[in-house]
Amino acid sequence: MRAPAPAYAANDGTIDAARNALGGMLLDAVDKVGEVALHVRREDLYDAMIALRDTPGLAYQQLMEIAGVDYPDRAERFEVVYCMLSLTRNHRLRVHVATDEEKPVPSVTDIWPVAGWLEREVYDMYGVLFSGNPDLRRILTDYGFRGHPQRKDFPLTGYVELRYSEEEKRVVYEPVQLAQDFRTFDFMSPWEGAEYVLPGDEKGALPQAKGAQTPLSADTIVKADAAQSTTKVPDAPSEPYAKKDVQNTSQSGAGEPDPGNQKQDKPVESDVIPTKGGGQNQ
Amino acid sequence: MSLYVEELLGEADAADPTTGDVTIQNYTINFGPQHPAAHGVLRLVMELDGEIVERVDPHVGLLHRGTEKLIEYKTYTQALPYFDRLDYCSPLCMEHSWVLAVEKLLDLEVPERAQYLRVFFAELTRISNHMLNLGSHVMDVGAMTPNLWMFEIREDCMNFFERVSGARMHSNYFRPGGVHQDAPLKLLADIGDWLDTRLPRLFEDAISLVADNRIFKQRNVDIAVVSRDDAVKWGFSGPMIRGSGIAWDLRKSQPYDVYAKMDFDVPVGTRGDCYDRFMVRVEEVRQSARIMKQCLRDMPDGPIASLDRKVVPPKRGEMKQSMEALIHHFKLYTEGFHVPAGDVYVATESPKGEFGVYLVADGSNKPYRCKIRPTAFSHLQAFDFMAKGHMLADTTAILGAMDIVFGECDR
Repeated sequence: MRAPAPAYAANDGTIDAARNALGGMLLDAVDKVGEVALHVRREDLYDAMIALRDTPGLAYQQLMEIAGVDYPDRAERFEVVYCMLSLTRNHRLRVHVATDEEKPVPSVTDIWPVAGWLEREVYDMYGVLFSGNPDLRRILTDYGFRGHPQRKDFPLTGYVELRYSEEEKRVVYEPVQLAQDFRTFDFMSPWEGAEYVLPGDEKGALPQAKGAQTPLSADTIVKADAAQSTTKVPDAPSEPYAKKDVQNTSQSGAGEPDPGNQKQDKPVESDVIPTKGGGQNQ
Repeated sequence: MSLYVEELLGEADAADPTTGDVTIQNYTINFGPQHPAAHGVLRLVMELDGEIVERVDPHVGLLHRGTEKLIEYKTYTQALPYFDRLDYCSPLCMEHSWVLAVEKLLDLEVPERAQYLRVFFAELTRISNHMLNLGSHVMDVGAMTPNLWMFEIREDCMNFFERVSGARMHSNYFRPGGVHQDAPLKLLADIGDWLDTRLPRLFEDAISLVADNRIFKQRNVDIAVVSRDDAVKWGFSGPMIRGSGIAWDLRKSQPYDVYAKMDFDVPVGTRGDCYDRFMVRVEEVRQSARIMKQCLRDMPDGPIASLDRKVVPPKRGEMKQSMEALIHHFKLYTEGFHVPAGDVYVATESPKGEFGVYLVADGSNKPYRCKIRPTAFSHLQAFDFMAKGHMLADTTAILGAMDIVFGECDR
């Protein structure tokens, strides 16, 4: 690896050791980008974690992090990722478990008490349930918050906003109102995976008739502007902006012209005298 | 209603009808969310028996800004400034994890000078962070002067950050592939002078006031003792795990950038109490200064960012001459660079402990998921068992020795 990322012990043999220790509990093991990821059956997570902690060749004593990831296209949309650390072997490992909104993941709070808050956070952000966590409350969001904000179908702006109301002398919650639309710019190259269809590209998807197209006869051709009437009256001017019969500024509401801004107030001689042979900037 | 009153008075107790005494209930008090010793917006719901803490339930999330969600809507370069705002006391160490994670997915080589500069300024950040923490810890237990002196050092650090990046706090200085700008020679010389003269004088003066101070020791020794086993189980890292006697430092055991070339010691505590955690940080400041001096000594000349123009934008001067450079610049500042699909967990030794980024890339120009591992989450969670049985006044010492910043904890 060329990148100066943290260098820990090599991954050699980790997958084999995990396969021996976990047996049928292990669904898949991947060694990618220099990191080992184990995909474990959800029901067996607890036993698998005990095995990963206590098997001598593995010895992952510390649970550093539990991360949720949302893949809405999958049958079981959530992935819960456990980042483990071995202090003795100086090695890191990730354990992945798939689940959805209803199927609970076994809690590992008995093994690592630190999992308590980490599971609470995944529950708060994704709505993943953990069976056996004694205190599965929301943690980061507001008291009484509804929804799970890290899900991909949760809007970035959320649904409610709060402000201090001077009339009610308290903080009030209101449905979120945006002064301008949320701006998502798509900077992706159109030929490299943009999701919209460029104008005209939809023709490529249509099945084409064999051979050359039949030419249209003259009476089937309808000109583009045929439907429009030639005796169209122009629209009435809208009130404040298109008023054409304004005589002076009092009618338009623009106020008096600034007296200092008149033509005759301009200095006769300019302060800057251009040098000969060119402007001052030459 | 009358039955309720009788029950309150202890006249008719279903469980024990004979006793007429009113049982004394434990107090439940709120500590924070607005309390100077809470180090931010922390609400502790504490159950007290007299002045003894029975149970603590920390309520966090009052500073939750949805950083992880926001990052999913930004390109990889645009996501970087959010990291400054996580732990705003040590912004560059936050950036460090992010750039290393992105570089790992890109498999991007980083020039040596850039690695030295990143280590150099990460260590300066560590000093500045510890100045704030040590000072406020000392102030939480009653001393004023050391904090003021250490803020002098912190102010110096801020000025150095400003001179290198243009901003005092939210530096936005590291980049995937290197750093944003080269450090001026005069700045490096000034920091070298500062490391030799001003830092040791101010710092050692301030520490000499408290390290052997009887009152300070009374407030910290044997407070919140954490055993090695507990430290491992509760996912401790950084000065917290070292205070408990485990010599675990990611800079040493899993070196990133040029830490492998640096010569420094990892201080550990002996008892695992608040005083040990304090003294571990004190020694870390000295070691950081040592690392910085080595950086100044060994830093080579050369490019300060990768020359891979698909990731790092070209210099402005180059853009005036080269069409290729202009195209690269335009693409990088509109679309950004694409990161190959994959997921990594990259953790660095931030001043507060293991700060990790679990990054899932889907091959586009925006991260699919960026989970930030805050150091404070595991430490604050352990607050309940650390504070149990201690006096109410000790909670501030425990909290001070944890070194928690809520920008990072709540994200």
